[in-house]
Amino acid sequence: MRSAPNTDIAVVAFVQSEHTAEDTGLSETELLAPVITEIKARTGLTRFGFTCSGSNDYLAGAPFSFVSALDAVGAWPPISESHVEMDAAWALYEAWVKLRHGEIDTALVYGFGKASQGVPREIATQQLDPYYLAPLGVDQVSLAALQARAYLERSGAKEDDLRAVADRSRRAGRDNPFALHLPDPAAGDGYDVAPLRPHDVAPGADGAAAIVLAAGDKARELCERPAWITGIDHRAEPHSPGVRDLTRSESTRLAAEKAGAAGVEVAELHVQFSHEELILREALGLGDAVRVNPSGGPLSGNPLMAAGLIRIGEAAARVQGGTAVRALGHASSGPCLQQNLVCVLSGEK
Amino acid sequence: MPSEVTEAAVPAAPNHVLEFPGGYTRSVGPVIGRFLSELRDGRLVGVRTREGRVLVPPTEYDPDTGEDVTAEFVEVGPAGTVTTWSWVARPGRTHPLDRPFAWALIRPDGADTALLHALDLGVFEVGAEAPRFLKTGMRVRPKWRAERTGAIGDIECFRPEVTMIGAPSRLEYRLKGGRAMDRFLEGVSEGRLIGHRCDVCGQVIVPMKGLCPRDGVPTTEEVELPDTGTVTTYAVNNLPDPRAPEVPFVSAYILLDGAGLTMLALVAGLPADQVRMGMRVRAAWRPREEWGRTMANIKWFEPLDEPDVPFDAIKDYL
Repeated sequence: MRSAPNTDIAVVAFVQSEHTAEDTGLSETELLAPVITEIKARTGLTRFGFTCSGSNDYLAGAPFSFVSALDAVGAWPPISESHVEMDAAWALYEAWVKLRHGEIDTALVYGFGKASQGVPREIATQQLDPYYLAPLGVDQVSLAALQARAYLERSGAKEDDLRAVADRSRRAGRDNPFALHLPDPAAGDGYDVAPLRPHDVAPGADGAAAIVLAAGDKARELCERPAWITGIDHRAEPHSPGVRDLTRSESTRLAAEKAGAAGVEVAELHVQFSHEELILREALGLGDAVRVNPSGGPLSGNPLMAAGLIRIGEAAARVQGGTAVRALGHASSGPCLQQNLVCVLSGEK
Repeated sequence: MPSEVTEAAVPAAPNHVLEFPGGYTRSVGPVIGRFLSELRDGRLVGVRTREGRVLVPPTEYDPDTGEDVTAEFVEVGPAGTVTTWSWVARPGRTHPLDRPFAWALIRPDGADTALLHALDLGVFEVGAEAPRFLKTGMRVRPKWRAERTGAIGDIECFRPEVTMIGAPSRLEYRLKGGRAMDRFLEGVSEGRLIGHRCDVCGQVIVPMKGLCPRDGVPTTEEVELPDTGTVTTYAVNNLPDPRAPEVPFVSAYILLDGAGLTMLALVAGLPADQVRMGMRVRAAWRPREEWGRTMANIKWFEPLDEPDVPFDAIKDYL
């Protein structure tokens, strides 16, 4: 859906934590608080028309753990607030819809996750259908590896092509102060779950990120070069991996078409497994000239529930920094790229 | 920045557990309920969509259109075809098998969609790579549990269809080697190598047969030979053998010094690719207390620090 001219909405600020692979002793709220403090300072705003967050209570194993994160925002007097039990990219979508109503002109969006307290690949099993999938105990990496195999066999791509994705992502990540700084993939690495090797699996991290959205003149007032959201859309496929073509991402293709993604120069993709980048490139129709994950992407550090929002933030940062006119942020949710969100950002309207 | 996270490792003992003791109670509805009831009875069924496709495992809706499915259940499989797979070399705590196995999407015969399940391919050591015979397209069948409760785990796992058998093959004998061999082994049991000299051609035959194979005459004159000799030809073996120290190993024709015929024996004590025709060797005997009436008293032959014998000297003993 393209924005109507009277409700142009832009990313005006983006802040993220320095993500860590190990538990540094901070609670989720403590991870988030400096990020919120910084984005308030950067925008000069202390109150927002709407606040929306994305997180996963299963990461901490505590129901309604997202509520305590509001302490970092300051919710008194009561604020207009919502939460999605998803990556915060979907919180951004909700905030965008709210802004489109035209009753508010700013929104704070944030996501956070502390992967180090549990075993994320096992926690992800709890999101699966409880009748046919979860009772098998199948984990997230095993499911992704099924998709990787199907893709390799359909496309003729080789495991070296997966390694090349990881290699490029890690090299880029070492230039990103917020990413984990990981070595080049080791030549002799065995498999994690074949055909995926350890470097093909995004390393879970603890981290948080926040974005401020603003509409129209408010955006111009808050930011010298707002990254205007010219299109945003998300689509879902059936949950069961056995009823869809795992070698293609039809939901991404459709979301990109609806969001008007053609002609982007930079794409930040929520690649949690190397083969996903190849599937997403194909679905998005990205040519070789498009820079993919110049931040290093999740393969250089995957702060769960924030990593999708960070893709939009990184894409917006390219636009705000003037290194791209049009950029794309992508987020994914569910097993084997079940659900995909595409956000197109532009320095021009 | 910290280094790479090792998420697969089992973390330290938890100080917080999230659990529904006894499991979370869920109603299954008429479609999933039918599938699970049939599963408990040892049958695999799918449901037909209005467009005629058969969904396995069944859902109440057609994932393509969102429409209600029909009330028609169709027995499928139980055999099916693997449509994709992943290989778990190090099973995790939640996994259904504690030895390496595959996850597979399996399309049962007669179905239009695939079912996820574990695929057991036999016994592998933890960390093993996927066997080469595991391929997309592999034909598999469910292994049913004897006690079934109406859950996806009523199928313990899938297994490959039978493509090969191990045919029983065993006959029992009481062999005697004959008198000449008896005498030869008697010598071996004392650490001696005995041969016969042929009265006609003069060559020494070891192990002796009591006959000269060249002249066809009986032989009786015993000659004791040294346990040194020359490799005349050899083969590098890449299939394991319980008698050999390792793979690859070398089996060789050895012409004992003074013998007119070669004998087959193992050669060890140097890398297989350094064995040569004409190489000088000596028998490596087992410790004397282990000797019996068997050629196994000699483990193998090992190289001697002597110049190789020229090819011309052995060319008639290949």
